[in-house]
Amino acid sequence: MARYIGKRLIYMVLTLALIATFTFFLMKILPGSPISSASKLSPEQRAVVEARYGLNEPLPVQYFDYMFGLLKGDLGISINQFKGANVTDLILSRMGPSAQIGFQGMVLGTVIGVLLGMIAALRQNSWVDYSSTLVAIIGISIPSFVFASLLQYWFGLKLEWFPVALWKEGFMSSVLPSIALAMLPLATSARFIRTEMIEVLSSDYITLAKAKGASGFEIAFKHAFRNALIPLVTVLGPMAVGILTGSLVVEQIFAIPGIGEQFVKSIMVNDFSIIMGTTIFFSVFLIVVILIVDILYGIIDPRIRLSGGKN
Amino acid sequence: MEKILQVKDLELSFNTFGGEVKAIRGVNFDLYKGETLAIVGESGSGKSVTTKSIMRLLPEQSAVFKNGEILFDGRDLTKLSDKDMQKIRGKDISMIFQDPMTSLNPTMPIGRQITEPILKHQKISKSEAKKVAIDLLRLVGMPKPELRMKQYPHQFSGGQRQRIVIAISLACNPQILIADEPTTALDVTIQAQILELMKDLQKKIDTSIIFITHDLGVVANVADRVAVMYGGKIVEIGTVDEIFYNPQHPYTWGLLSSMPSLDANESKLYAIPGTPPDLLDPPKGDAFALRSEYAMQVDMEQNPPFFKVSDTHQAATWLLHPDAPRVEPPASVIERMKKFPGSRYYEGGAV
Amino acid sequence: MTQNLEKMPKGSFERITIDAEQSERISKPSMSFWQDAWLRLRKNKGAIVSIILFTLIVIMSFLGPIISPYEPNAQTITHANLPPKIPVIENLGILDGYGTLGGQKMDIYELKNVEVNYWFGTDGLGRDMFSRLWKGTQVSLFIAFVAAAIDMLIGVIYGGISGYFGGRVDDIMQRIVEILTGIPNLVVVILFILIMDPGIVAIIIALTITGWTGMSRVVRGQVLKYKNQEFVLASRTLGASDSHIIWKHLMPNVLGIIIINTMFTIPGAIFFEAFLSFIGLGLQAPDASLGTLINDGYKLLQFQPHILAFPAILLSLIMICFNLIGDGLRDALDPKMKD
Repeated sequence: MARYIGKRLIYMVLTLALIATFTFFLMKILPGSPISSASKLSPEQRAVVEARYGLNEPLPVQYFDYMFGLLKGDLGISINQFKGANVTDLILSRMGPSAQIGFQGMVLGTVIGVLLGMIAALRQNSWVDYSSTLVAIIGISIPSFVFASLLQYWFGLKLEWFPVALWKEGFMSSVLPSIALAMLPLATSARFIRTEMIEVLSSDYITLAKAKGASGFEIAFKHAFRNALIPLVTVLGPMAVGILTGSLVVEQIFAIPGIGEQFVKSIMVNDFSIIMGTTIFFSVFLIVVILIVDILYGIIDPRIRLSGGKN
Repeated sequence: MEKILQVKDLELSFNTFGGEVKAIRGVNFDLYKGETLAIVGESGSGKSVTTKSIMRLLPEQSAVFKNGEILFDGRDLTKLSDKDMQKIRGKDISMIFQDPMTSLNPTMPIGRQITEPILKHQKISKSEAKKVAIDLLRLVGMPKPELRMKQYPHQFSGGQRQRIVIAISLACNPQILIADEPTTALDVTIQAQILELMKDLQKKIDTSIIFITHDLGVVANVADRVAVMYGGKIVEIGTVDEIFYNPQHPYTWGLLSSMPSLDANESKLYAIPGTPPDLLDPPKGDAFALRSEYAMQVDMEQNPPFFKVSDTHQAATWLLHPDAPRVEPPASVIERMKKFPGSRYYEGGAV
Repeated sequence: MTQNLEKMPKGSFERITIDAEQSERISKPSMSFWQDAWLRLRKNKGAIVSIILFTLIVIMSFLGPIISPYEPNAQTITHANLPPKIPVIENLGILDGYGTLGGQKMDIYELKNVEVNYWFGTDGLGRDMFSRLWKGTQVSLFIAFVAAAIDMLIGVIYGGISGYFGGRVDDIMQRIVEILTGIPNLVVVILFILIMDPGIVAIIIALTITGWTGMSRVVRGQVLKYKNQEFVLASRTLGASDSHIIWKHLMPNVLGIIIINTMFTIPGAIFFEAFLSFIGLGLQAPDASLGTLINDGYKLLQFQPHILAFPAILLSLIMICFNLIGDGLRDALDPKMKD
C-alpha cells in the first residue's frame, strides 16, 4: 500500500509539473499581450508595467520564477482583472461559495442517487425502477447549464421561491445552484448503484444469507448495501470532475462569486495569470481528489486493504 | 423410521422470455430422520432446483409452484409466508452451496457471518453467540478459531471457506441439511476431507442430509439412499446398494457405465449419447427415451409410472412392466448385478 | 406411487430405434453474433425510438435550413424578437405569435406589422430561429462526429499496438497515457481553445487532444484479454500472421466495445462543444451551434424564453437519444448479458 501511494505521489508531481509547464508556455504564445488589450500605453509606460510583472525577463527566467513561486504556493499576480492582486489570494477568497455549492451538490446528488438506485434494484422492473432509470438518463443527458437555466427560469423567475441570481441570501441562494450541480452525481450514482446492487443481489453470498433466514431488509442493508456501495468510490473522482466543470457555468448563471465565475471572466479579459493559476488549482484539486479516492477504496474494501500490504 | 420431510407431486416452472420452463415435473420423495439422501443427475436435471424450492430460495417472480406440496413439521412449505419461511431457514433447514469462494460475504468478518443465524434464531447474547461460533469453527476443524473470527473470507483457502459455510449451516442444529454439490468446486484431496467432515458431523449431531451431486463416487461414499433425477423427474430411487448393484432404469445404467473404474477391462469410457431434454418443451413420454437404446413405442407416448422393485426401491421405466420384453443391461452393469442378492444375475456372495 | 398394471395397447412394447439426429435437435435457430445482437437491440424500445428520433434530427438538420424561407444568418431588424408562430398549430392557443409585452399578452406579429410567420420565432437581430436551430444542430453534430471518429482512430491504433505488442512498448505507451489522463480534460480543452483561433477546427482539436485516451485504454484491455485466449493461440500455432490474427480474430471481438465506447464519446463531445460555447470559448458570431444558441438564449431568458427553449430541448433530446442508444447497444453487444 505504501509503495502504491508513493508511486502515485510521484506520478502526481510529474503530472502537475507537466501541466504547469504546459500552461506557462501556452500562455506565452497566446495571441495578444494582456496589457495591450486593456489600455493604451506609451512604450515607456509599457516597459514599466512589464518590468513590474517580470515580463521583460528572458523566458527561461520567467519560467523558473514561476515554477519556484508555485512550490511556495504563489500563483503570480493578476494583470488586468484585479490589477496587482495576488492570484493565490484571489482564488482562496473565492473558494467559500464554490466549495459550498459543490459540496452541497455532491452530497445531495449522491445521497438521493444511492437511494434511488437501491430502491430501483430492490424493486426491479417496477414503476420505481423505470422512473429512477428515467431520472438517471435525464440527469446524465441534460447539460448542467440547461438544467440550471431551467431551474432559474422556473423557481426563480416564475415561482419566485428562490433568489434568481443573488449571492446574498445565504443558504437560500445556494439551493438552486446546488440542485443544478447535484443532477450529474445523482444520475451517475443511481445508475451505478442499481447495476451493482443487482449484481450483488444475485451473488451466492446473498443466497446464503437468505438460507440463514435473514429478512429482506437485513439482506438489503446488512449484506448487499455495503458491497454495492464500496465500488461507488471509484466514480467519486469522475463525479468531482463533473461538479467542477458544472460549477463554471452554474456559477455564471447564478452569479455566484466563486472560482468558476472568476475563471470564466478572466478568460474573457485574457488575464492569463488568473487563467494559469486557476488551471493549476483545478488540476491539483482533481488529481488530489482522485488520489484520495483510490486510497479510500483500498481502505474500505477489506480485500484490497489486507492484501495490499503483501504486494 | 420417522419421516422428517415429504415432497409430494412437486411441479415447478420458470417463466422466462422463451416461455415456461418446466424444471420440476412431479417429484416425490421422503426424507427420514438421520439419513443421507443423495440426489444425482446431470446438469439441468432439476436436482438443484428441487432443493432450492424446499428452501424457497428461487426468485419468486419467475419460479412458480404449479402443483404438489413440501411437508415439513406438519406444514406445507410451498404455502408459508415469507416471514414464517425465514424462521425455518437457517434454523430447521440449512444449506451448503457449491462454490465456497463466492458464498461468503467478502466485506464481513467470518465471525459475524457465523453468529448471524445464531442471533437471528436463538435468544442469546452476542458474547454467547461468539462462543458458539468459536466452538463451531473448532468442530469443523478450523485451527485457532478465536483468531480467525475477525478475518475476512479472502484470507481463507477454498477448503477452509467450505468448512466455514458448513459451520454456518450447523449453527442452529438444523433438522435438515441440504448440501448442493459441496465438494464440486474443491480439489480432490480437499474434497475427501470435506466429505469425511460431513460424515463425522452427521454422526455427532444426527441431522438428515440431502446431498446433491453428479459424482457417483461421492454418492457411494456418503449416501444411505439415492434418488436419480432426469429431465425434472426422479426416475429411480432406492438404497445405495440397490441403485449401485441392482439398477433398473436405463438412465441409471448409463450413469453407472460412464463411471470410470480401475478394475474395468474396457479401454473405452462409456458416454450417454445425446443431450438432456429441453424443458421448455418436454417430450411426451419417457424423457430419456430419445437417448436410450432400450426405447419402446410406449416410451414415446406415455410417461412411465413407478414400478416397485422392492419395498425401498422403485423405478420409472416401462421396462419393468410385466408385458415388456426382457432386455440385457450393459455388460458392466450386469457385472455389478451379479453381486446383488435378489437380482436376476445374482451369482452368490455379498456386495 | 401406484402400481400401474393395466393392459397396454398391442405393440406398446415394440423396440424402436431412435434417430440420433432427433435427440440432438436444436430448438434455437443458429444466429451470428451480430444477428443476435440486432434481435436484442430491437427488443429495446428506448434504443429503437432513439435511433428513429435521432435519424429525424439528422435529416432535419440538413433539411431545416432549406425548407425555411430565411437564411440562418440573415438579419431583419424590424422582425426582431418575434415569438414562435406556426400556422394550423396556432389555433390551439400555443405557438400562436402571442407574447407578453409590458405585462400584457398580445399578438406581437400584429403589433409589429409582420405578415410572415416565423415557426420558432426570431432572435434579437431578427434572425429566423428555425433555420438557425437546424444549422446549429448540423454544426454541433459535425463537431461531435468528427471528434469521436478521431478519438476512435487514435485510440484504437494506440491501444491496439500497446496491447498487442505488450512488453516494453506497452510499458512506455502506458506511462504516457497515465500522465495524459492525469491532466483534467476540462483544463486541456480550455487551454487549447485559448491558444487557437476559435472555430470548428479549434474545438475539434481541443476535444481530441486527450479524448482518445479513454478509447485506447478500453481497446488495450480487450486486446490483452483476447490475445492470450486459446483460439488466438491456436491460430498462432497454425502459423497465422500478425495481421491475420489482428483482423480475423481480435477485431471482431473488440469491435463491439469500440462501437459502444464511441456511442458514449459522441454525447460527451456534444456536451463539451455546447459547454465551451456557453462560457464564450466556442464558435464566434454569426456562426451558430447548439451551444451558442443556448448562450444567446440564456441572455434573453427573462423576456424571450423561446430562444433558449428550442436549442435546449433539442440538445437534451440528442443527448438522451445517444445515451439510450449507447445503453441499448451495450446490452445487445455485451455477451455477458446473454440469456
